Order: sequence, then C-alpha cells, then structure tokens
Amino acid sequence: MFANLDFDVIRRALPYLFFEGMRFTLTLTALAALGGLVFGTALALMRLSGHKILGRIAGVYVDFMRSLPLVLVIFWFYFLVPYIGQWVTGASRPISVGAFASSLITFIMFEAAYFSEIMRAGIQSISRGQPAAASALGLTYAQTMRYVVLPQAFRNMLPVLITQTIVLFQDTSLVYVLSITDFLGAASKVAQRDGRLVEMYLFAAVVYFTISCIASFGVRRLQARIAIIR
Amino acid sequence: MNYHWNWGIFFEPNPMGTGTYLDMLLSGLVLTLKTAALAWIIALIFGSLVGVMRTLPSRGADWFGFCWVEFFRNMPLLVQLFLWFFVLPELLPKAAGTWLKQLPNAPFWTAAIGIGFFMSARVAVQLQAGIGSLPRGQKMAATALGLTTLQAYRYVLLPMAFRIILPPLTSEFLNTIKNTAVAITIGLLELTGQARSMQEFSFQVFEAFTAATLLYLLVNAVVVTAMRFLERWVAIPGYITGK
Repeated sequence: MFANLDFDVIRRALPYLFFEGMRFTLTLTALAALGGLVFGTALALMRLSGHKILGRIAGVYVDFMRSLPLVLVIFWFYFLVPYIGQWVTGASRPISVGAFASSLITFIMFEAAYFSEIMRAGIQSISRGQPAAASALGLTYAQTMRYVVLPQAFRNMLPVLITQTIVLFQDTSLVYVLSITDFLGAASKVAQRDGRLVEMYLFAAVVYFTISCIASFGVRRLQARIAIIR
Repeated sequence: MNYHWNWGIFFEPNPMGTGTYLDMLLSGLVLTLKTAALAWIIALIFGSLVGVMRTLPSRGADWFGFCWVEFFRNMPLLVQLFLWFFVLPELLPKAAGTWLKQLPNAPFWTAAIGIGFFMSARVAVQLQAGIGSLPRGQKMAATALGLTTLQAYRYVLLPMAFRIILPPLTSEFLNTIKNTAVAITIGLLELTGQARSMQEFSFQVFEAFTAATLLYLLVNAVVVTAMRFLERWVAIPGYITGK
C-alpha cells in the first residue's frame, strides 16, 4: 500500500513548507496569542469591573464570539475588514487588507473571547484580601491590577493559556478556506501541484502532531512545577 | 459605505433551482444539524469507551486510552478530515479505496466520522475527569456489594459521572455543531458553506453571513435551554445542582 508513494516530494518541498508556510503559521499564532491575551484581559477586567454597561458589553461579546464557528468568523472578517478600514481612514473605497493582516485581526478578535474567560477565572482565583490590602496601602485600581492581581492571575493560568495557544496553533490551519499559504496551505499547494496528496497530508499531520505533542508535554511539566511551588 | 444592501435577497430564487436563497440556507442548517447529530453519537460512544478505559486498573487499557486521546487531540481537525477524505482511500486495498471514493454523500459521512472521532477525545477527557471526581468509596462500596467491574460502572459510577459532566458535555456538543463548519473544506454544503455559496451567487456578502450568524445563535440558544432542562431533570437531590 505504500509501494507507489514518493516521499522524496516532501524533501524537495521542505524549504517552501517551512520558510513560507510554517513561518506564517508560527507568526500568526504568536501575534494572535499576544493580541488575544491583551484584548481578552481587557474584556475580563470589563466583566469584573462591577460597571453594569461595560460588563454587559464584554459578556455579550464573549458569548457571541463563542457561539459562532471559527470558519464563519474568518469569512466575516475577510469581507468586513476592508469596509471597517474604509470607515476608520475615511477613504472613498473599501481599502484592501493583506491576507496576513486580515487573518491576524480575525484570530485576535476570536481568541480574545476564549482568553478572556481564562483570565476571568484567573482573576477570580485571587483571594479577596489581596485587592483589599492593596487599596489599604493606597494603590489605585490600575496599580492594584498591574502589580498585585494580574501577575498572579497570569501565573496561575499559564498552563491553561498555553493549552489555549496550542488550540490556536491548530486552528490557524483554518485560514486554508481563504487559500492562504500557511503550513497546511503550503502542503496542500504542493500536493495539488505534484499530485501527491497522500504524502503531503500525512507529512502535515505528522508535523502538527509532533509540535502539539511536545508543547502539551511541556505544559504538563510546567503544571507540575507550578503545583509544587504553590 | 458603497455596499449595496438588499435584504429582500432571501426571497429571490437561487440559481440552483431549489427555491429561494432562504431555502438554500435552511437546507444548510438541516445538514449542519444532521452531521452534528451523527458526529455526536460517534463521539459519545467512543468517548465513553475510551474515558472508561482510562480509569480502569488495567495498565494496557489506560495506555490505549492515553494514545487515543493524544492522537486525536494533537492534530488540527482540518488535517484529520483531509486524512479521512484524501489519504485513507489511497492507503486501503484498491477495491476498498475505490468503493469508498464512490460512496454517495462521501463528504457527509467523512465529516460525521472525522468530527466524531475528533470530539471523542474531548468527551473521553471529560468523562475521565468526571469518574475521577467521584469519591473512592463509591467504587469500593460497589465492589463490597459484589458488583462486577462492569456492573459497578453501569449502575454506580457512570450514572453519577455523566450527571457531573453534563455542563461541560453541553459545551462539547456546541463545539461539535460549530466544528461541522470545517467540513466546508471537503465540500460539505452545511450552513457556512451555503452562506458562502449564496455570497458567491448573489454578491450579498453581509446579508448571507448575517443570516448564518443568526441561525447559529438560534441553534446555540435552543441547545443551551434544552440542556438546562435536562440538567434539572436528572439532578440528584443533595448535590449543589439538585433539588
């Protein structure tokens, strides 16, 4: 069954797969995780602020994003971002946004909903006495968050945040629907060009599997270490 | 904005000759629900088996469950669908592969099986956690009463564990519905796929996606409400969620 497979096609495509495809995937994952974390933390703070309207807005946003399939959100932003750009810059026509910028905005907006729930749980896990003590010391709300609450929340939630980033890494493969050359997109382009679907898709599966496995193994070790310290 | 809005588009006939554009979207919704239902049944069956295996005293069973979960969790769903759809028929003996490729509705069966196995890993993890959260005394008491391992799981452990993990199972079911949208890549015309083809035929991008969005929100609301009722119905007196 493996007799007429040509695994040399993979070796020939390696530079393209990794320098074009994997670079796109990893850059997108890293920037989207960072942006999603910042925006998600802001959403979590809005929800926990006790302010009725702010909390409501953040809640609706999170619930809304989490009830939609990522593929649909990718399509939405792909068509919507040029119009938003036009509106923001006051241009007369919808501006053209590159594939990378469009998918980065999509993933930041989408992942923020998931990161915000993680950060919310993290912030709520801090005992009430700590912000109380901080304000007794005369720290403002911003200082309390910056120096007392958020560092601990972030640290406690680090394993979950990384796990979510692994999910994000796998989800970036969905930019395939926009024919973008991420790792899977690159593999698929070579597969179609050379008529070698089996070899290329198997190879892509092995690469995704290896990276995710190593990363989740790292998370388990991290979790054990954090558990000992606490 | 120079986008030309036309909300009446839903009642105009679609170019496929299958009624209006609205009919097109609704047929997509039906396919989404059918795929999700079949995938969920597969996920529940295999997820339960694997989840139980991970809690058995047998090391072999535990190891098998561990491999199953890691295998299906560490690959993107899209890649798994490609493996089922493009790779599997080529690796099978020639006759079987040809038979598989000529199946009618191949995208539907591939999507349901692929998403089902993908979700089964998540169900297994939840169930393992659910069984693990039960007090050790329950298993011991069951054994002391003379129940076999099978009976202990069937009458004592699983009924409790499934009730405990009902809320996370609800979100996994919602994930299953959302994940059917990935099957657009193997040509399944589910809700997102139909919205996409409506956009291609009519150029009314935002109307098509708005309608799909509303339908997804509706399905979500229905499932969440139904599961709340189910949770209350099966709740055990004495537990926090019980009567």
